[in-house]
Amino acid sequence: MSEQDVLNPKHMPHNPEKATLEGKNKFMGFWFFLGGEAVLFASLFGTYLALKDATNGGKSSEELFGLELVFIMTMLLLTSSLTSVYAMYHMKNNDFKKMQLWLGITVVLGLGFLGFEIYEFYHYIHEYEFTMRSSAFGSAFYTLVGFHGGHVVFGLLWIVTLMVRNAKRGLNLYNAPKFYIASLYWHFIDVVWVFIFTVVYLMGVL
Amino acid sequence: MSTLVATNKKGFGATLWDYLTTVDHKKIAIMYLVAGGFFFILGGLEALAIRWQLVQPMNDFVSAGFYHELITMHGTTMIFLAAMPLIFAFMNAVVPLQIGARDVAFPFLNSLGFWLFLFGGILLNVGWFTGGAADAGWTAYAPLSTISAGEGVDYYVLGLQISGAGTLIGGINFLVTIVNMRAPGMTYMRMPLFTWTAFVTSALILFAFPALTVGLFLMMFDRLFGSGFFDAAMGGNSVIWQHLFWIFGHPEVYILVLPAFGIFSEIIATFSKKRLFGYTAMVFATVLIGFLGFMVWAHHMFTVGMGPAANSIFAVATMAIAVPTGIKIFNWLFTLWGGRISITTPMLWTLGFIPSFTLGGMTGVMLAAATADYQYHDTYFVVGHFHYVIVGGVVFALFAGVHYWWPKMFGTMLDEKLGKATFWIFFVGFHLTFFVQHFLGLMGMPRRYWVYMENQNLDLGNLISTVGAFLMGIASIILLYNIVKTSIQNKKVGGDPWDGRTLEWAIPSPPPFYNFKQLPLVRGLDPLWIEKMDGRKGMTAAEPLSDIHMPNNSFLPFVISLGLFIAGFGFIYQKNDLSWLIVLFIGMAITLGAMFIRSVKDDLGYHIHKEDLKKEAEE
Amino acid sequence: MKNWMGKLRTLSLFSFLVIILSACGKENLTALVPKGYGADQSFNVIIISILVMIVVFIVVMAIYLYVVLKFRQKKRQEDYVPQQTEGNKTLEIVWTVIPILLLLIIAVPTVATTYNLADDSAKEDSINVNVTGLQFWWNFEYANEEIQTSQELYIPVNEKVYLNMMSSDVIHSFWVPSISGKMDVNPENENTMYIEAYEEGVYWGKCTEFCGDSHSLMDFKIVVVSQDEYDTWVDGMQNTDPEFIASAQEGQELFENSCLSCHAIDASANHPVVGPNMADFGNRTMVAGVRNFSKEEIVEWIVDPASVKPGNGMLDAPYLEQENIGQAEAENIADFLMELKATDEPVDSVKQFREDEAKDN
Repeated sequence: MSEQDVLNPKHMPHNPEKATLEGKNKFMGFWFFLGGEAVLFASLFGTYLALKDATNGGKSSEELFGLELVFIMTMLLLTSSLTSVYAMYHMKNNDFKKMQLWLGITVVLGLGFLGFEIYEFYHYIHEYEFTMRSSAFGSAFYTLVGFHGGHVVFGLLWIVTLMVRNAKRGLNLYNAPKFYIASLYWHFIDVVWVFIFTVVYLMGVL
Repeated sequence: MSTLVATNKKGFGATLWDYLTTVDHKKIAIMYLVAGGFFFILGGLEALAIRWQLVQPMNDFVSAGFYHELITMHGTTMIFLAAMPLIFAFMNAVVPLQIGARDVAFPFLNSLGFWLFLFGGILLNVGWFTGGAADAGWTAYAPLSTISAGEGVDYYVLGLQISGAGTLIGGINFLVTIVNMRAPGMTYMRMPLFTWTAFVTSALILFAFPALTVGLFLMMFDRLFGSGFFDAAMGGNSVIWQHLFWIFGHPEVYILVLPAFGIFSEIIATFSKKRLFGYTAMVFATVLIGFLGFMVWAHHMFTVGMGPAANSIFAVATMAIAVPTGIKIFNWLFTLWGGRISITTPMLWTLGFIPSFTLGGMTGVMLAAATADYQYHDTYFVVGHFHYVIVGGVVFALFAGVHYWWPKMFGTMLDEKLGKATFWIFFVGFHLTFFVQHFLGLMGMPRRYWVYMENQNLDLGNLISTVGAFLMGIASIILLYNIVKTSIQNKKVGGDPWDGRTLEWAIPSPPPFYNFKQLPLVRGLDPLWIEKMDGRKGMTAAEPLSDIHMPNNSFLPFVISLGLFIAGFGFIYQKNDLSWLIVLFIGMAITLGAMFIRSVKDDLGYHIHKEDLKKEAEE
Repeated sequence: MKNWMGKLRTLSLFSFLVIILSACGKENLTALVPKGYGADQSFNVIIISILVMIVVFIVVMAIYLYVVLKFRQKKRQEDYVPQQTEGNKTLEIVWTVIPILLLLIIAVPTVATTYNLADDSAKEDSINVNVTGLQFWWNFEYANEEIQTSQELYIPVNEKVYLNMMSSDVIHSFWVPSISGKMDVNPENENTMYIEAYEEGVYWGKCTEFCGDSHSLMDFKIVVVSQDEYDTWVDGMQNTDPEFIASAQEGQELFENSCLSCHAIDASANHPVVGPNMADFGNRTMVAGVRNFSKEEIVEWIVDPASVKPGNGMLDAPYLEQENIGQAEAENIADFLMELKATDEPVDSVKQFREDEAKDN
């Protein structure tokens, strides 16, 4: 397949993300990468579970967490996962504008999530003086949730970069895999959050 | 201008630039070989210093502090910076050729993986020059590691983090390469065993390294940002580090030793002139070892106080690994059975490996028995055991691999006489060094002892061990001499000097940068052997001659890794002086900037035109 | 079972000893001559596993030597192409099943002894010692007797003694090869093990978890005594006097000014664990766990502790900075220290031990 066929395909196949060998490799490689990421978060969850009661006389999860805020955050992130599915749906239909629109909505929702998370951390630090240095529980909490937050930041930067870079030229077989794996990454972030919501917050207040 | 001609004669600057930017798996293999070889020598010198300190009781050759830096850096260097990259050297050099591919799935990431490893490895060693390298043992058990003074352990943490990222990338790359890039007819059950072991090893890397990543992050936060994961005073728990370390660390043993098994499998089949006995069982055993490798990490922790239930479960699970390993040993023996064995240097290493590794496996089973391990644990018995596995298994395989694939990688043949001398001296030195250590351990010598006391009947054993270590040093020097001599003579051998069986021997040595002009059609296990037996000279092509798509070179992997290297200093020294945060930001900006460029700049590669390929063939 | 095991052990012990000649190591240090229950249990498993493994090794080596010698390429054989065998299902099953059976032989006693050694049913009724590991020495507090001592653990022969172990800094590991296998001493949780010694004597103990500069010098001893001697010793320890007035008065004054804040001279369990307890110092087997018991060694330790144990806690002592204790003062302190005794005389095995060590060096 020549450069021209990749950048300006005469017609877009139904699965443009897997139409080239490079695309197939990216697709599969990224799944493997997510497997590794799963182990990474599993290790962080294991650490958190081992240390969640190690408050060292400081604030405990029952005293800190409130479910209202976290519920809104969860809704934002779950919805953003759904909107990124819409975006991929439109990518497969070769509707670039709609894909960009839905990706944009995904980014806005993600930013909303991030804003709430920053507010939450700020709140804990200033209202309760609960930091990474307060106790082993504090270290584990900020590390686990912070790693997830870091993934959200990176995912947002990534999606925005792709949207801006390709805004003028539309979909082709070169950038379709990039959009696709970015959305995979976004789903993964969402799945991890579901676990955080359950393990950290629900189990933390119950 | 034709790209084919352009790769020929070049000046030093152009060659250097070529290697700094290359994405060619064969050149990356050579860089891994050189860098891994360098660190192997460094780790070897550290080992000799250790053995010299232990040559007599209460010796004062080095101070306690320096000794502990030596043992820490010897272990870390040998595992992460010598053995792993040398394994990667062969995986890079051989796997794409064995499956009939023109390159790996992600040439750019392949290069990135190498540079991350190299910069991480250098960062690890910077500690030597800034007031002391890491000194908490290669296992860096908390809280000794978290309270260790100075920056040594910080360099360990950051260096391993960076090089570990490179290894993880490499692992993913080989997984995808093997799944997606096999030549027509190369089914999974026709893949050479080295490729199979590379595949399973890559999967182990993928699932084991993230645990180390997390462990290193936690340690970094404890040391540099005041968190309390491993600090009992803050409610932390140091055993978490041990779990994370060994969840990574035990699979790491198989990450190293499985490709070693693969190398030996190739060599045994080639030099017995027989197909591998029980190929299916061998593949099955490889996968099973990889799987079980994740279930046994806590056998490193029998004395931690996990309780009898956990100890029993992990003991029995560990013993189970002996079964697939035994299957391998017997299948090798029966490959030899009825063959026509020619004892070349690679084969000599292989034949030396079988009894040596069997001994290592024996002591492995003995160590798995938890109550017996209460005596062995953290003594020289363990040191003896794992050197039998890592040296008797992995290093023997690396030496065998160097001799076996040298002609493929460089087109010349290492001197057989010198090769055999290397083997015999090393083999004798190896057993002298490590066999006696089992007894030293049982006689009451714990590991990581800077001195041992007089009149404890430990003198003779230690002396023998030191003599052996120096023999291994001499053998390594002979190998180096051999390499230099061979390179200077530069006597070219053909593409298939060993009468090989697998695809890498079907193309010229060293292979052209596109590997296969036409992808080969694979008709079974040992595809080249099949064609030879049918009277053909080479492989049948699976496609007509057409344009070949190749990836572009790139300097970005170097820049990305360099950025992290710089940022590493910022991370470390901001603990003393916050103005170092500037360095951290500059480094991260370089890395993220280079990643941004990679993301937004189209890189579609280029094509070699079939006319050029034809022209080249005529020349 | 017991009888059969005994015979097997005698036989294997004998052959094992022959194999490694006299290289069993130093008596009372080596794990190869067990003199306690734990070491015995471990030794049984070691012997069983090594026997099974030797069988495996012999089989592998027999096949190995046969094939390597028989199937080497001979002259004028260069064109011979061996038959390309794919494999053999029966053989594969054979070398899968037989190793599994062999492993069971090892696995069953392993699991049995693992549970056996973790048994704490007798803990309440036994002697309980709270062991603290510190860089680079050991403290032993007898929970019910309300005494503490350092570096040397006195236990009665043929009695189960429970050790409740915890570290106050980094991880250490408690190992007395002749008496029992090891157990880690962690900073965040208490580990319990029990020991039982079969013979009176002094046994070498080692730290086996890398713990810093003087890890290799963190030696301690277990002094196994008769029940009578033990009772006398405990009684003596309980009656050590914090107001004790020694004949070496100058030494005592110096000690009180420079050392007493960390080192208690009575064995009361109420003293916090800061520096080694000195109550029974005059009856120690060794100085600092690694030097022969003599006045010169004590003086050297006081004057220059870094040369004996690099990185040890004494290096923070103010007297070193103030430089107010020289050779002469140290000798006075040594005189004083050698007077500190819970019993008038050390037990016989300690005397013997001191003699042996002095002779060797």
